[in-house]
Amino acid sequence: MSSHDDDRGADGISRRKVLECMTWAGTGVLWTVAGGIPTSLGLVGEAMAETKGMTFLQISDSHVGFDKPANPNALGTLEEAINKVKALHVKPSFMIHTGDITHLSKDKEFDDAQHIISQAGLDTHYVPGEHDIIDAEPGALYKQRYGKNAKGSGYYSFDQNGVHFVGLVNVANLKGGGLGSLGPDQLAWLADDLKAKSASTPIVVFAHIPLWTVYEKWGWGTDDGAQALALLKKFGSVTVLNGHIHQIVQKVEGNVTFHTARSTAFPQPAPGTAPSPGPMKVPDDKLRSLLGIAEVNYKVGSARLAIIDQPLQG
Amino acid sequence: MKVSTLVRGAFAAALFLALALGWPAAALAANMDVKIDNFTFGPQKVTVKAGDTVTWTNEDDIPHLVVSIGHFRSQALDTGDKYSFTFTTPGTFQYFCGLHPQMQGTVVVEGAAGATQ
Repeated sequence: MSSHDDDRGADGISRRKVLECMTWAGTGVLWTVAGGIPTSLGLVGEAMAETKGMTFLQISDSHVGFDKPANPNALGTLEEAINKVKALHVKPSFMIHTGDITHLSKDKEFDDAQHIISQAGLDTHYVPGEHDIIDAEPGALYKQRYGKNAKGSGYYSFDQNGVHFVGLVNVANLKGGGLGSLGPDQLAWLADDLKAKSASTPIVVFAHIPLWTVYEKWGWGTDDGAQALALLKKFGSVTVLNGHIHQIVQKVEGNVTFHTARSTAFPQPAPGTAPSPGPMKVPDDKLRSLLGIAEVNYKVGSARLAIIDQPLQG
Repeated sequence: MKVSTLVRGAFAAALFLALALGWPAAALAANMDVKIDNFTFGPQKVTVKAGDTVTWTNEDDIPHLVVSIGHFRSQALDTGDKYSFTFTTPGTFQYFCGLHPQMQGTVVVEGAAGATQ
């Protein structure tokens, strides 16, 4: 350290200070305002790679315990999906599982699923599918593992990176001839939960059965889903993530992006292309192209979340 | 004609007559089978007598569950699993699959005298 550097020049700026300022100007520091507070995103190169926002994953319909011809090893393909998660270049913030974790709500199936999913090393938020609540005391095992802090049939909300996430349950108290169902208690809770949120808060809603009618004949819809969607109308950015149908269906309506995910266990036929919506057997070398995960990217200031579906293979 | 043949014939005729008149009905409680396959209950509607049993067998490659709200609910039925319920009171019982509620069926239970309520 030389005292010469600290000598002040004619306009009172030391040589050291000039050198420091030159360093800043040369590399270019990127600033942004987030929440009213100027935040440095660091050097431009780094900033490009780490735009303010977050990435999370949607996985669905792992059906652990399923062992029929459509896929004799559902646990194995779940493991492949989690290996894919581990190999992602950008580590996601967390995962959402949109239900049918297990195939028959058996304790061992819940255990096996948890063991594999935990290998991703990520916080995982769950909602149950109808296959998860058919134990002897319906829903008891699911609640014990994943529903302790939830309300009613297992619904809840949380906030992360300025985004409000809502997990809904539309597989409980089903009625003959009906579709999925949220019920008046859950809808009242939802209205209350969203009340304090500003219209500019991005909302992500996730539930097992599609909240809109994909194909009524096969039960692919929610009887009172429209009431939930009406509560979301005021928000500028809404993303609805569902599972249940084991295939990707996407649509955008106004401010709402709808997305259903692939299963990690077995595919199901497209609406009306088969007599019933059961497991669809495909050639072995085609199976993994029909299974997969979804990466959801949120960028601050961007109304639509970007959803990138990734098959297990291809 | 020999007497023994006549007696045998008379006995057979009497038995036939007795059975035709529904005696003894209680000893003949029946079982009705319903197969579950391709997301369908078959037959979709069955008629039984009070005291009869209906047995559902899942032959589909996906689990199903038989529910009649307020009356009966099966355990989760994987491929090959069965569930039986004995209907003791006359009436019409609508039921559905607890996993796939679009699947529906009906059991009509007639009283011993052939009447339903």
